[in-house]
Amino acid sequence: MRISKYLTLAASAVALTLAVGAAQADSHLKSIKIGTEGAYPPFNNLTSDGKLEGFDIDIANALCEQMNVQCEFVVNDWDGMIPSLIAGKFDAVIASMSITEERKEKVDFSDKYYNSPPAIAVPKDSDITEATDAGLDGKVLGAQSSTTHSNYAEEKLSSADIRLYPTPDEYKLDIANGRVDAVIDDVIVLSEWLKSDDGACCKLLGTLTPDLVINGPGAGIAIRKGEDDLREMFNEAIIAIRDNGKYKEINDSYFEFDVYGE
Amino acid sequence: MSVTRQMIEAQAPPPLQARPWSTARVSGLAAMALWLVVGVGIILFLVAEWDPEKIDRYAPRYFSGLWVTLTLVGISIVLGALVSIPVTAGRMSSSRWASVPAYCYVYFFRGTPLIAQLFLIYYGLGEFRPQLQAIGLWGFFRDPWNCAILAFTLNTAAYQAEILRGALQSVPKGQFEGAQALGLTRLQTYRKIILPQAMIVALRPYGNEIILMVKGSAIVAIITVFDLFGETRRAYSRTFDFQTYIWAAIFYLIIVEALRNLWNLLEDRLTRHLKR
Amino acid sequence: MEQTLTLLSFGPDGWGDQIASGVLVTVSLALATLPLGLVVGFLLALAKQSDEKALKMAAEIYTTIFRGLPELLTLFLVYFGLQIGIREAVAALGFESQIEINSFLAGMIALGVVFSAFASEVFLSAFRAIPAGQYEGGYALGLGKVQTMIKIILPQLIRIALPGLGNLWMILLKETALVSVIGLPDILRQAGIAARVSKEAFLFFGTACLLFLVLAILSSIVIRYIERSVERSEVRV
Repeated sequence: MRISKYLTLAASAVALTLAVGAAQADSHLKSIKIGTEGAYPPFNNLTSDGKLEGFDIDIANALCEQMNVQCEFVVNDWDGMIPSLIAGKFDAVIASMSITEERKEKVDFSDKYYNSPPAIAVPKDSDITEATDAGLDGKVLGAQSSTTHSNYAEEKLSSADIRLYPTPDEYKLDIANGRVDAVIDDVIVLSEWLKSDDGACCKLLGTLTPDLVINGPGAGIAIRKGEDDLREMFNEAIIAIRDNGKYKEINDSYFEFDVYGE
Repeated sequence: MSVTRQMIEAQAPPPLQARPWSTARVSGLAAMALWLVVGVGIILFLVAEWDPEKIDRYAPRYFSGLWVTLTLVGISIVLGALVSIPVTAGRMSSSRWASVPAYCYVYFFRGTPLIAQLFLIYYGLGEFRPQLQAIGLWGFFRDPWNCAILAFTLNTAAYQAEILRGALQSVPKGQFEGAQALGLTRLQTYRKIILPQAMIVALRPYGNEIILMVKGSAIVAIITVFDLFGETRRAYSRTFDFQTYIWAAIFYLIIVEALRNLWNLLEDRLTRHLKR
Repeated sequence: MEQTLTLLSFGPDGWGDQIASGVLVTVSLALATLPLGLVVGFLLALAKQSDEKALKMAAEIYTTIFRGLPELLTLFLVYFGLQIGIREAVAALGFESQIEINSFLAGMIALGVVFSAFASEVFLSAFRAIPAGQYEGGYALGLGKVQTMIKIILPQLIRIALPGLGNLWMILLKETALVSVIGLPDILRQAGIAARVSKEAFLFFGTACLLFLVLAILSSIVIRYIERSVERSEVRV
């Protein structure tokens, strides 16, 4: 008798949750949750009072305005970005995520919204002279884990001793400390850092030629597989803001060149 | 006077009563059914997702991660055992100058999370590079592996010191007095009388401490030392395939269960003189 | 020195308020996990001393798995796996799931599961310390099974289990730091952000350690107080 009472209770709880879920599914496209990292200046980072800023954020807001939907940002660690997207913690990732074949096996991407090559930075007094596998032979190379840059390092610069960090902030601490001889990341991200006080320790060694398989055609917006409507909305919105000058306006407030690429 | 003329015939046993469907029985069977479903589900998942290419690519990394975990824990446990000896001596000393610092050391390392200690040693001490360079220690702290060993050693030494102290105090005072009466020196007393008895008491806690270290070491990838769990996260971040975590779970369960059984055997063997 | 005080102060220049909020998150996570772990641990202990073989075995499997897995791995399994699992299960029924396992909830479930696995052992050994006569006495007084458990066994059980549970609480408090890895803004994560931004790693990680120490000291005071109050019944006049 007791048991059946509890079972009824549990079943009704489940039914209630399902009902709530079903009800919310309808209003799905009117508001979108966007995952971003908040540790990747100048593309996305947190200000000291906890607000998001950067190129990705401005582009995301422009896209949402274009698509006429409400957007809400969710800050998530880089490592868990795609798993969290798949798990439904948010609906799209706008966080400078490169469109790669590996990632495409699990998520879909919009068209690219910018493209920028990887580069290598070293301390100012470094004896490393060239940004090649031979030049980095036996040196400690820092990278952010789960990025195209860390994949590039593992595949193309494997003579180096590669150390993987959860966020760029940590490899920056360690190159300043002298634990790391060189770091690899996006050229814009590195340049921005080198311009700041923190980056005073280091200089840009050289830009690398991106590998189409590893680096992909550029950064896109990641969404869950099969949500083609949402992807089309983003694609159209990207074209629209490219055409109506909104993209250029945002671009020019951050960069002196067109970051969209070819 | 009555005489029994006839024995009672052998009777058939009472019929077995069907076990009632009690709450305990129903929930027990339900729980086992659930485990069965989960187990079969995991096996089916692993079979369905079996991909020789991925195995080829990631299996060697898992094994190198496994090796890192095992060596890291092994070295830290041994070094921690050495460090724990003076700490225990300090804790048991009657001099305040020895017992207070030892107490603080143990309290600090047992009262704070290992992950915070690891950060403190790796990034915190990294800040003192000029000072460390001046005394020639930077070469040691530059390497994340050394920092991991140091943090784990200091941590486990605090726990091991408490195990050792508890074990030594469990040996009755009469044992010391008996040894003294026999004219044994202090060192001889410890080596021949006290330690053999204390070690039997300490055996189980030591085993638990090793298992705790195996599990605790899973955090070490945050300072770029890629152990079993670090390699798992790396594989997951490239394949986004949940089986990477399942394999890690299987590896860890095998290590822990193997250690536990090994320890049970060891205990059986070392305490066989105590069994009647 | 002055700079250090500024960094630790409250307000826009210092990290005091962020770290204080981290303390709040750490404490509330531990407090939210405790009842979950205690109740599940108690039920597990009941299952383990049951005559029903299936129930016993199911509980043993649970304990073996969650005592053997690293807490961090359990956390990841819950954080990523559970949500995917729920999503797929609900999708199979033809609905869309909006259930979200955030880092707090994931931490609570994962730490609660680990806590319950260890707590069940503590409860079990406490059960064994209570003589069968206590149950028999209860039944002889006409009390039912549940009443005997609540009115006679449980009060004794708590007293016996308290030192073991106190230890587990201390471990739980430290394990909350692991949840920072999946993004919960607890003491350690806030300290880490402060350390990276201000480049004062030693100061902030040191502060984090000291805060954990303070929590440990406060806990041991509270635990001692509880121990003393339940032991009053044992004092013979």
